[in-house]
Amino acid sequence: MNATGYNFAYLDEQTKRMIRRAILKAVAIPGYQVPFGGREMPLPYGWGTGGIQVTASIIGADDVLKVIDQGADDTTNAVNIRRFFAKTAGVTTTEHTTDATIIQTRHRIPEVLLSAHQTIVYQVPTPEPLRWIEPREAETRKMHALTEYGIMHVGLYEDIARFGRVTTSYNYPVRVNARYVMSPSPIPKFDNPKMDQMDALQLFGAGREKRVYAIPPHTSVESLDFEDHPFQIETWEERCALCDADDSFLDEVITDDAGTRMHVCSDSDYCRDRQEAGHVGDGGPE
Amino acid sequence: MSDFDDAPLLRVSGLTHRYGNTIACRDVSFELYPGEVLGIVGESGSGKTTLLDCLSGRLRPSTGEVAYDVRGRGLLDIHRQLSEPERRMLMRTDWGIVLQDPREGLRMRVSAGANVGERLMAIGARHYGEIRAQAVDWMERVELDLARIDDPPSTFSGGMRQRLQIARNLVTGPRLVFMDEPTSGLDVSVQARLLDLLRRLTRELNLASIVVTHDLGVVRLLSHRLIVMRDGEVVEHGLTDRVLDDPRHPYTQLLVSSILPV
Amino acid sequence: MYVAVKGGETAIENAEKLLAEERRGNPDVPEISLEQISEQLSLSVDRVMAEGSLHDRKLASLAIKQARGDLVEAIFLLRAYRTTLPRFGASEPLDTAQMAIQRRVSATFKDLPGGQILGPSFDYTHRLLDFDLAENGAMPEPAPEADTPVDATMPRVADLLGEEGLIEREIPNDQDAGEPLDLTRDAARFPLDRATRMQGLARGDEGFLLSLGYSTQRGYGRNHPFAGEIRLGEASVEFIPEELGFAIEIADITVTECQMVNRFQGSDEIPAQFTRGYGLVFGHNERKAMSAALVDRALRAEELGEATDAPAQDQEFVLSHADNVEASGFVQHLKLPHYVDFQSELITVRALRAEALDKQAAE
Repeated sequence: MNATGYNFAYLDEQTKRMIRRAILKAVAIPGYQVPFGGREMPLPYGWGTGGIQVTASIIGADDVLKVIDQGADDTTNAVNIRRFFAKTAGVTTTEHTTDATIIQTRHRIPEVLLSAHQTIVYQVPTPEPLRWIEPREAETRKMHALTEYGIMHVGLYEDIARFGRVTTSYNYPVRVNARYVMSPSPIPKFDNPKMDQMDALQLFGAGREKRVYAIPPHTSVESLDFEDHPFQIETWEERCALCDADDSFLDEVITDDAGTRMHVCSDSDYCRDRQEAGHVGDGGPE
Repeated sequence: MSDFDDAPLLRVSGLTHRYGNTIACRDVSFELYPGEVLGIVGESGSGKTTLLDCLSGRLRPSTGEVAYDVRGRGLLDIHRQLSEPERRMLMRTDWGIVLQDPREGLRMRVSAGANVGERLMAIGARHYGEIRAQAVDWMERVELDLARIDDPPSTFSGGMRQRLQIARNLVTGPRLVFMDEPTSGLDVSVQARLLDLLRRLTRELNLASIVVTHDLGVVRLLSHRLIVMRDGEVVEHGLTDRVLDDPRHPYTQLLVSSILPV
Repeated sequence: MYVAVKGGETAIENAEKLLAEERRGNPDVPEISLEQISEQLSLSVDRVMAEGSLHDRKLASLAIKQARGDLVEAIFLLRAYRTTLPRFGASEPLDTAQMAIQRRVSATFKDLPGGQILGPSFDYTHRLLDFDLAENGAMPEPAPEADTPVDATMPRVADLLGEEGLIEREIPNDQDAGEPLDLTRDAARFPLDRATRMQGLARGDEGFLLSLGYSTQRGYGRNHPFAGEIRLGEASVEFIPEELGFAIEIADITVTECQMVNRFQGSDEIPAQFTRGYGLVFGHNERKAMSAALVDRALRAEELGEATDAPAQDQEFVLSHADNVEASGFVQHLKLPHYVDFQSELITVRALRAEALDKQAAE
């Protein structure tokens, strides 16, 4: 089912070239936000227009696309974006992480290690990690240029002084290649360590804010912390009720009116693979 | 004063600044030596605040030079021989600036401890415990109640805010501190304690300082030397006691007589 | 046994079908035509064209029909279509002094060359519901024609002041020199020059600009405005095709233009004079043109050395939030699942509560 009257992957070739040039610059300066002439997409701003434009500009007819939202292939927004590319580019889509050449994601990084032949495209709502401290772009640009990042640690200091711990749990800022402070997009901090020295190319697209940025393969990505209060990720006492995983990000699901909970993998493909390999969880509360 | 080093820390020559056709300060020149406190007095509109802004790197003068003895590099014009990153680095390490309104010099919603620690974090301190220990140490040195270390300065009195501003500036061990009317707006008894603290700290730390004020009482207590400004020009310049006790320029005489007895 | 929710694609398709049904409404009622929308809801069409940045009454009417009358949604539809269109080039600047005037009023002079022309306006109507309209009332009486035709050209009021040197000359600043960038194609970076800001205002949400303009009148960035002139009419669009090398007229479009005249105290360099705020929109929309002019002037505060402490004077605030397609998308994206981030927050909040309760117990 091809959308008639539109170019391959919706965007015209000139626009794709413009975005690819911005991506090349982004790859050359890891973590730096490159402005690009973001287009108005037929999907709403805030719903992945940045990621879609990045994917559209790099996707080829041979690519295999996977789209996830909250780690799952079957969430409506993921389904909708996959549908968009199936319609406009006619590419093969997959739910299997390892089969994909391009993975577009919102809010998660898959549990399995990504490899050198893959590119992960993050949808980014607010690319500026300093936005909450300084709303003005003219000023944040200067802070990045001069590496004036002390204020980021002031925030961490405040958390520790008040709560004994850093309370940021997602969109946890990172420093890329020991230079730029960067928003990892609203992934849980659980996923931050996966960004460090990743084999795959990581691209970030922010449609509304018209910025792209990138982490080339094998680049250091450090979550901001203090030496005596090192960065820590979420842990669960529970295991996945379906596949018994104890190493994946778990979603809490309420199963009845009494508020009974069970925990299942947020990465639906990882969970299914484990179940197919014979891992069985306790099934959750009966 | 023989106990000052031979080389100046700051050398200002021919500094002039215009706003449009108005000249805010004209042809100001002086030197400042390590550990020396220089007072700049004048009425409002005399150009002393413009001068301070030019000296402290926040305003580029129309002409003239502000040369500072940058560590390891010698005297350099901060406006024309330092890049913006270098100047900003200087401002948050080797310099301090205490503003008249502490709300502008502090982060009002961030705890006192973080206010003190910010400069350390800005230059790369990454050990929470050490930053906190420094904040505690500086809270004590400026005589602030340690129990208030996690409170934001929005809950502090005016005098406490000024103390916090001083601690926040001194934590990186600067060699030069600019002060813009540091005691105005405070009660007389609070002023006296604050001046006492400033005098002790500048002496203990061998801190050079430039204090801009309209209050001759402040300069008499704090400064070694004095510059008197009127209509953008320096009308008198000398040792504080000499200028205040034996003013030569008619304007200084007027200024001194109008506030006597100090 | 728990089974994860599946079937997103079918659900989306079914939702689309239901939406189409809802759009059509009761099938016993005749379907509305694009002509009806274009002719009888013409101001809706004007607004959609203006904020959709595409002058095409038929497409705007279609967008309104498809969006069930939701104008922001219609604007979004038109924009998403516009973005796919090839660019042949930019037209010559409109010469609004030459426009065929339908309406022209000035609040600053009682009379002026060309006269005051009331034209089609809600201004002096009594806002009484006309129940005859509810019954598909009779054809309205034709408006009588004036004895003398409207002057072919009418000087702009601001230019009349200019002759006396009372108002700033409308010449581009250095920063505005050269071709203005295209907000919809190029990456704009703050601070934006006036030409780019005006593009943002022309596309900006009418309600947002109205509120901002209003805020300047209530003291948040007061700039002493007078409605120097508001004019409505058809201006011709001229384009120079590369192969011809001279301008040809390609269309006549209706535009509303507002020139605000604002007192300026003067500075060290400039003596007291009047300054301008400017607004231009597709179609007939005086509310938007006037609001844009107020905000344009407010955004010049920095250039004119005025205090910049009000929201309407802050270009990052105004232009980052004026676009309703961006705003609508981002506000509504909160509907998308956020359960992963929420899970992280749950873990943090539980840990913080546990620590606080432990501390309380220990005390």
